[in-house]
Amino acid sequence: MTRSFADRADVTMTINGEPRRLEVPASATLLDLLRDQLGLTGAKRACDRGTCGACTVLVDGRRIYACLALAAMQDGRCVLTIEGLARGGELHPIQRAFVAHDALQCGYCTPGQILSAVGLLGEGRATDEESLREQMSGNLCRCGAYPQIVAAIRDAAGA
Amino acid sequence: MRPFDHARAASVRDALDLAAARPGAVFIAGGSDLVPLWKDGVSAPPAVIDISRLPLDHIDVADGAIAIGALARMADVADHPVIRRDAPAVAEALLASASPQLRNAATIGGNLLQRTRCPYFRTPGFPCNKRAAGSGCSARGGDDRRHAIFGASERCAATHASDLAVALVALDASVELCGPDGSRTVGIEDLHVAPGDRPERETVLRPGELITAIRVPASALARRSRYLKVRDRASFDFAVVSVAAALDIADGQVREARIAAGGVGTVPWRLRGSERALRGARCADPDGVGSPGIDDAAARATDGARPLGRNGFKLELLRRCVRRVLAELTGALEPRGAGGAA
Repeated sequence: MTRSFADRADVTMTINGEPRRLEVPASATLLDLLRDQLGLTGAKRACDRGTCGACTVLVDGRRIYACLALAAMQDGRCVLTIEGLARGGELHPIQRAFVAHDALQCGYCTPGQILSAVGLLGEGRATDEESLREQMSGNLCRCGAYPQIVAAIRDAAGA
Repeated sequence: MRPFDHARAASVRDALDLAAARPGAVFIAGGSDLVPLWKDGVSAPPAVIDISRLPLDHIDVADGAIAIGALARMADVADHPVIRRDAPAVAEALLASASPQLRNAATIGGNLLQRTRCPYFRTPGFPCNKRAAGSGCSARGGDDRRHAIFGASERCAATHASDLAVALVALDASVELCGPDGSRTVGIEDLHVAPGDRPERETVLRPGELITAIRVPASALARRSRYLKVRDRASFDFAVVSVAAALDIADGQVREARIAAGGVGTVPWRLRGSERALRGARCADPDGVGSPGIDDAAARATDGARPLGRNGFKLELLRRCVRRVLAELTGALEPRGAGGAA
């Protein structure tokens, strides 16, 4: 517990299933921690302002933008990034569906799209194509692979 | 970006003490607005006080009101069965806000205190009286298409961005505050202040004061409420124009009406002329279909509006939004998807 002001914070987090004790700068974001301190570069730094979705990760099972979350505020949380999604060499069903539907072009937004879709399945809000599109509105794809992305998520979700 | 210090508050008292101990320190909960403002150089707090672990995320009903803790996440409030049933305009306003990732992180207290989306405010290269008092207003003579038609002053015409606040005005909500001098309650209409001569001051919050809860009176009005939002994009955008309306209809007659608009005012804007036009209006049939008050209410929506150079289109858009949301509430039209384009 940090009850007085400091320019760093000690946090304990589970990252992709692995418990970690970390010292983080007070003004570092979760994205800074993942990419620059831990070398987990799957979550992308694109807009860095919470408008594009390329940095989407799951924290305690909920999708958020890592670029807006302070690392010092994630003490005790479980973080899942694209690097931790496959299990024992077996891709997650959303990953398999993205491959099967060729749901990417340049691939830069893909880790965020996939983590967002995994979060969406947990929320149970995507019941048809319209709601799926609405619920994926927080992830932009400048290549315009949206039809394939929607098809992949529908396939994986059985929606 | 100037680095800042961090402290985690263990209780509301602790948060207030930390704020008193460090001049300029700001409270942080979701961080969804504060972090971009810091990255863009709009604000440069010396320290943040993490209030995200305080036990203020409850949603419960007591004494005829729905109490929502200020730290409840937008997504959790929108999904709560009591909110969906008894205050649907609140759920609809939240689901039409931001994106799923933001709604999972952002709190409703922070949502009410978010800063304006005026691009001149958020781009330090431009003069802005709200960001730097006395530096001028770049929207005057600049691109004012997204700016206010109500409540502007010579110094500022930036709109308030919160959808939730608009719904809460229609539902006559209040906000509970806690600060160094104790606790107090203010009506939601009194929380935000129009720019006037001091656009840098946006709310009545005193230094070191926190929002702890929002209270929505449980009423027939709140139960028959709706939020309609028109955006430039299909989703994940701020309102160009939005309308929240709440009607209490009994025996085919409107007993009470409250209507508020977003995207048009420097603060969430109540449409009192439209409300007056509706009170006492009779519905065309006992099921509430086709209230004749709707035409009058739509016509009165723009009473007192003062459009700027490029935002005159908001007048007709606002009237049509009022017409549509009232028609939906009284059953004359099939509802469209919550937050869908009009």
